[in-house]
Amino acid sequence: MNSDILSMLEEIKPEFDFNDSEDFVMDGLLDSFDIITLISMLEEKYSITIDGLDIVPENFSSLDSIANLVVKSGGKA
Amino acid sequence: MITKFRGKKITSMLGILPETVGLFDDEVNNYSFPPKQTMRLKKIMGYDRHRLAKDTSTVSDFAVYGLRYMLENKWIKKEEIGAVITVTLCPDHFVPHISNIVQDKCGLDTDVMCFDIAQGCCGFLVGLMQAFMVLDHTDKKVLLINGDVLSHKVSKKDRNDYPLIGDAATITVLENGGDDEIYYEMHTDGSRGKALIIPAGAFRMPSNPDTGVMADLGDGNFRSLDNMTMDGSEVFNFVQVEVPPMLENAFKREKLTVDDFDWFLFHQPNRFMLQKLAEKAGLPQDKLPMNLVENFGNPSGASIPMTAIFNCRDSLINSENECCLSAFGSGLAWGVVFMNIGKLDYCDLIESDL
Repeated sequence: MNSDILSMLEEIKPEFDFNDSEDFVMDGLLDSFDIITLISMLEEKYSITIDGLDIVPENFSSLDSIANLVVKSGGKA
Repeated sequence: MITKFRGKKITSMLGILPETVGLFDDEVNNYSFPPKQTMRLKKIMGYDRHRLAKDTSTVSDFAVYGLRYMLENKWIKKEEIGAVITVTLCPDHFVPHISNIVQDKCGLDTDVMCFDIAQGCCGFLVGLMQAFMVLDHTDKKVLLINGDVLSHKVSKKDRNDYPLIGDAATITVLENGGDDEIYYEMHTDGSRGKALIIPAGAFRMPSNPDTGVMADLGDGNFRSLDNMTMDGSEVFNFVQVEVPPMLENAFKREKLTVDDFDWFLFHQPNRFMLQKLAEKAGLPQDKLPMNLVENFGNPSGASIPMTAIFNCRDSLINSENECCLSAFGSGLAWGVVFMNIGKLDYCDLIESDL
């Protein structure tokens, strides 16, 4: 799942190396509109609905946190 | 505040649009983000086109245009009007007020009560309460004007705000009648008010050459202190946290379910936020129009009546409709109203040359 998520992130922001960041949001790799775009891609790819209350920066800080959110939302690898 | 009103009704609704249409596709290159990234937001957020007032047009221009239309087409007679209430974030001047300008330009009698209220996203709900209270003291009709020309206050290089803003005004006619109960609930949290702010231009920070300097304050958007700025994440989170429980508790309090409503007529921030709100609150999306931003832009306090007029016109004219109205945003403020709207005398959307 992490590699699929990484591909989505690289599609949204090809100018950044997400492997070099410890916190995508704090490091400025993702802004709120990037997160919205990513949510749309994740919901389509994994056929899930991400709860609005889960759309907070800490759930988008790393590949693991995003993968955890997908799993929490019912997504399967 | 939670309260109830009885024996008040909406009898006509008119929407007034500017004729100029701004297309998102044409504006993509105004922003300092790669066009491909920006275009992805088109479908997700519902960005497509928005209505833009001319630089010289003000809210009173739209209100006068609309009221003259109503008078000429015999929607209402001047002598039937007891009060004019305008709710806006965009006054023509600090003084005189828009309602007074409308009273003059439309030739209304001097015994018509006129006042303005400064409110944004919740402007229709706040205006409704004022209209209901005025109606307790008159047998005449009350005109509720909601309008904004916020495109004048948003930077064209601000991708957070410019694509979603739309200019428009509405005039809602209210009068005494019927015996229906109206549920009314409104909340405020001023501590979060800076999430949506126009920093300069009033008395705290008067506009000067410095406040007009455009700069990127770190998010890639260019705006000045004279421009409106919104913390999108803060506002989104606020809506998701506050609105669903408010609705759930209001339904319980009134012993109602979502099935008891014909329409959920909500403020229109953007499609994504409304979809997430509908999912969280368990609201049927076929009864909750989300298409104002993509057709006209978000017209602030006029959003609920515009949504009703654009999406539900035939239903509002031909039948009675149990409506759940909800607004949320600037202030920060959020509220909900349950009321029957229907068998309207008139309901229309017109385009002006303003």
